[in-house]
Amino acid sequence: MPTNVPAVDPAVPADPGRGSAPPGGSRGRRKAPTSERAKAEARLGWWLAGPAFVIMVAVIFYPVAQAVWDSLFSYRLTAPADREFIGLRNYATILTDGVFWSALGVTALITVVTVFVELILGFILAMIMHKAIKSTRGLVRTVILVPYGIITVVSAYAWYYMFSIDSGYVNNWLSWLPGFNDELNWFAQGGTSLVVIMFSEIWKTTPFISLLLLAGLAQVPEDLSEAAAVDGANWWQRLSRVVLPNMKAAIMVAVLFRALDAFRVFDSIFIMTNGAYGTEVLSLLAYRTSIGRLEIGLGSAISVVLFLCVALIAFVAIKVFNVDLAGSKGGRK
Amino acid sequence: MRQSRPSGRHTRRLASAAVVATAALVLAGCGPAEDIPVLTWYTNPDDGGQATIAQQCTEAAGGAYRIETSILPNDAASQREQLTRRLAAGDTSMDIMSLDPPFIPELAEPGFLAPVPEDVAASTTEDTLEGAVAGATWKDNLVTVPFWANTQLLWYRESVAEEAGLNMNEPVTWDQLIEVARDQDKELGVQGARAEAMTVWLNALVESAGGHILENPEASAADVQTGLDTEAGHQAAQIISTIGQEGLGGPGLATQQENEAMLLFQGDSGSFMVNWPFVWPATNAAVEDGALPEDLPEDIGWALYPRVVEDQEPAPPLGGINLGVGAESEHPELAWEAIECIVAPEHQTEYFITNGNPPSSASAFDDPAVEEAFPMAPTIRESLELAAPRPQTPYYSEVSTAVQQRFTPPGAVDPEATPAETGQFIMEVLRGESLL
Repeated sequence: MPTNVPAVDPAVPADPGRGSAPPGGSRGRRKAPTSERAKAEARLGWWLAGPAFVIMVAVIFYPVAQAVWDSLFSYRLTAPADREFIGLRNYATILTDGVFWSALGVTALITVVTVFVELILGFILAMIMHKAIKSTRGLVRTVILVPYGIITVVSAYAWYYMFSIDSGYVNNWLSWLPGFNDELNWFAQGGTSLVVIMFSEIWKTTPFISLLLLAGLAQVPEDLSEAAAVDGANWWQRLSRVVLPNMKAAIMVAVLFRALDAFRVFDSIFIMTNGAYGTEVLSLLAYRTSIGRLEIGLGSAISVVLFLCVALIAFVAIKVFNVDLAGSKGGRK
Repeated sequence: MRQSRPSGRHTRRLASAAVVATAALVLAGCGPAEDIPVLTWYTNPDDGGQATIAQQCTEAAGGAYRIETSILPNDAASQREQLTRRLAAGDTSMDIMSLDPPFIPELAEPGFLAPVPEDVAASTTEDTLEGAVAGATWKDNLVTVPFWANTQLLWYRESVAEEAGLNMNEPVTWDQLIEVARDQDKELGVQGARAEAMTVWLNALVESAGGHILENPEASAADVQTGLDTEAGHQAAQIISTIGQEGLGGPGLATQQENEAMLLFQGDSGSFMVNWPFVWPATNAAVEDGALPEDLPEDIGWALYPRVVEDQEPAPPLGGINLGVGAESEHPELAWEAIECIVAPEHQTEYFITNGNPPSSASAFDDPAVEEAFPMAPTIRESLELAAPRPQTPYYSEVSTAVQQRFTPPGAVDPEATPAETGQFIMEVLRGESLL
């Protein structure tokens, strides 16, 4: 992409005086010859990174390749003798079934709603953490981060018991609301179940987004805000014209990471409804097909589709919205 | 950076210590205690009864083997998942397994279970109740050994039945229970959650009406025929639908399993409940703890499962646990020997009294201690003789999940359409045409 093309050829050291470029320059040549030292450093780099690369291939690419291979078979774990190559028929079954599209829709809904709400809340919390006076800063940050430190399954149980019709107390709390039925069984229908599931997800992971946004806020130079204030910009103008544009990379990274996370939601739904009453999501469908039904072929195909969806989200975020992962780490675009 | 070498004396001392430690480990590893073969028994969670029996049988073996227990997950579906994965992977530690009867065909069909030796089959089933033997059999072969058998009873509040003028010594029907709950504004304890409990309920209703969920459960996935779109299926759906739509199962019906049904029954709106015998010790324990009123147990009665058709015997749910041996076990002979010890009638009696799980052996019911702890033991025994198993098919898990998806929430069941739709759905799933 044009904006990403570096202005300077990275092969040419920024400072010719300290690098290995031949003295006097080399007009007309695009690349300077690589010195022995640079070659040695490159070799060392490969030796250092090589084992990690091999391990990555072993633990990530091998299972993915195995899943792709298995997805081409009709294969049930308890009937190994009936294993049969069926090409892309598993994918045809999946893509023509309403259960898949419903699960995809619920997954997308949870992703969009939770990420949007978390972004707003996370930004507010990041501002609070950023502006908290020095003496209380540690305490404020700790308090805000507590939910993120709780294991997801534990938090899911906590929310389940809060809203459960047998042991829950939320109905008691809300009974004063006009029109509220205090015999509401939250987990007996899709709408209310999803509300609780999304509440728990938002409660659990907003601190994650706020932490990323706090890092982004800390990167915005104070002098820019001060200059804008001197020029007469009000609070909203300073926020929208100075702060937000300068932390765009941090915001996009937060959205990308959290969207990928939300798209793979599993624990909360597994505990609260186990996919009942319209709360089925893709990861749960893949789990139930592979592990519950032991249909390895069909389950692998769903996992591959889930993997492609996640890859698509990452691709769209990085290419279309132009997320610069390096930029968020303090580099400049 | 190179570190300075330790002095010679220090090295020798370290080496001597290492030799002594290694020798100790080797000697410990070769000691006589380790010569005893260890049998792993994968147990479903209970109140510690299986661990006690394991210890007793280890002592009785006199050093021939040692049984170690390994606890499986809580619910039956998760237990099945773990056992199946391990068996499919050829795990050699699957010496003894506590198996839920509906999942046995799925493990027997691909040959994951070691065959039961004829003498073991004869000695462990000579006085076993018929339903329990049926649940341990696949394609006319005994593939597991019954350990304990379970069934559901109709539990009722004496005060409610009395006010309604019902004679509980006579058979009662679901229609009568529905009528009483309506008239007295009470709630019925049934299991309407999207879980295995729903299949248990539906199967009992269909079987009580003279039908079957699957007409030919032993057939291959492509040839299975369902029996839901029948008079029996429609009658069963009508009962579930009425209770769901009229709110007779309480506001929590759509998420209610056995434990929640028990809590409902113990409360002020309790009237009738279909449930396993565990509710009796659980209620008494809650009374002892002061969580429930002292006079509650006196108000609780029990009877055979309610009828769907007035002049037709009910077919109560059949549960329990059977014991199987993995085909890849390294000690199958010892495992069968241990199983003979485990299922001895005296162990079944003790297990019933201490853990509340009824025996599969008829003679175990004859122990006077049983009736003392469980005054309803004769009713349980009678119920076990009438009980009908859930469809015995290698595809049970899929059939059950399909049933659960279509028959929940109970309020959304349409007596006219749901049985036919469910039958169609089951066949599509088994033929690989639909996701589940």
